Amino acid sequence: MRLDLLLRISSKIFLPFIILFAFYVQFHGDFGPGGGFQAGVIFAAGIILYTIIFGIKKAQKDFPEKIFNYMVPLGVLIFTVTGLISLSKGLNFLDYDALAHYPKHGQHIGIIAIELGVFVTVIGSMVSIFYAFVTRGKK
Amino acid sequence: MIILSLMALTTLGIIRLRNLFSVVILSTIYSFLMATLLLIFDAVDVALTEAAVGAGISTVLMLTVLYYTKVNEEKPRFKSILPLIICLTIGGLLIYGTYGLPPFGASDTPIHTHVSVQYLERSISETGVPNVVTSVLASYRGFDTLGEVIVVFTAAIGVLSILKRDKI
Repeated sequence: MRLDLLLRISSKIFLPFIILFAFYVQFHGDFGPGGGFQAGVIFAAGIILYTIIFGIKKAQKDFPEKIFNYMVPLGVLIFTVTGLISLSKGLNFLDYDALAHYPKHGQHIGIIAIELGVFVTVIGSMVSIFYAFVTRGKK
Repeated sequence: MIILSLMALTTLGIIRLRNLFSVVILSTIYSFLMATLLLIFDAVDVALTEAAVGAGISTVLMLTVLYYTKVNEEKPRFKSILPLIICLTIGGLLIYGTYGLPPFGASDTPIHTHVSVQYLERSISETGVPNVVTSVLASYRGFDTLGEVIVVFTAAIGVLSILKRDKI
């Protein structure tokens, strides 16, 4: 019925891999290239692809705009709280040695925590801005 | 060299064309060429960012903007002699500045002899993270990265408060 059948089917096939690649870049950032920012941008690009193919109404139903609006400050909060935890244990702000018994474990946990903060903020900002652009002037 | 000349051709195309849709597509091509160039320089994470932000998200945002405006650019109302002179002067100064830089890949330059050696030597034993880029960004310069996240946060708040001011 619709002419964009090919696009819809191929994007449905691609989307899981885009999201999976975003998580790979996120959690493999300390071994391979990448990190929170790159992963967040790839994840946001996946959601934007979904929006382009299936329309803004379906996208906002499946991925509500409110979640992304809350994600923008949540990431900064995760980052800052990680720093404050090490501050409360008597070390410097963002000194991850305090987060576990062994300094290296602490470093690992700390890096994952702050990359998660970056990831959350970047997804939130990108998708919020995109939604705001697309829905501008409607309602 | 091939990629650089393709990038120059793309830029000329962007200057010449009056159809904004083609300009957006050409700037996407430019971003992909830039990502390839960064990949050749082994800056994989920057290349990822360039491909996703420069070629992906900003293209989509530009196309959204085109949806709200006209597709064809109007004839310029002013002569563009003065901006041309300013651009050529600044470009010439920048190219003149590159002659003062050390040769590409030289290992005895200040950036390779002071702090980066320390990072390369101590990263594994101090943080246990094999990727030095990640350990520098997330651990040694975590405060810097916090600043970057706050920049993203502030930018998002700013754009959203402009775009959504009619809904409040």
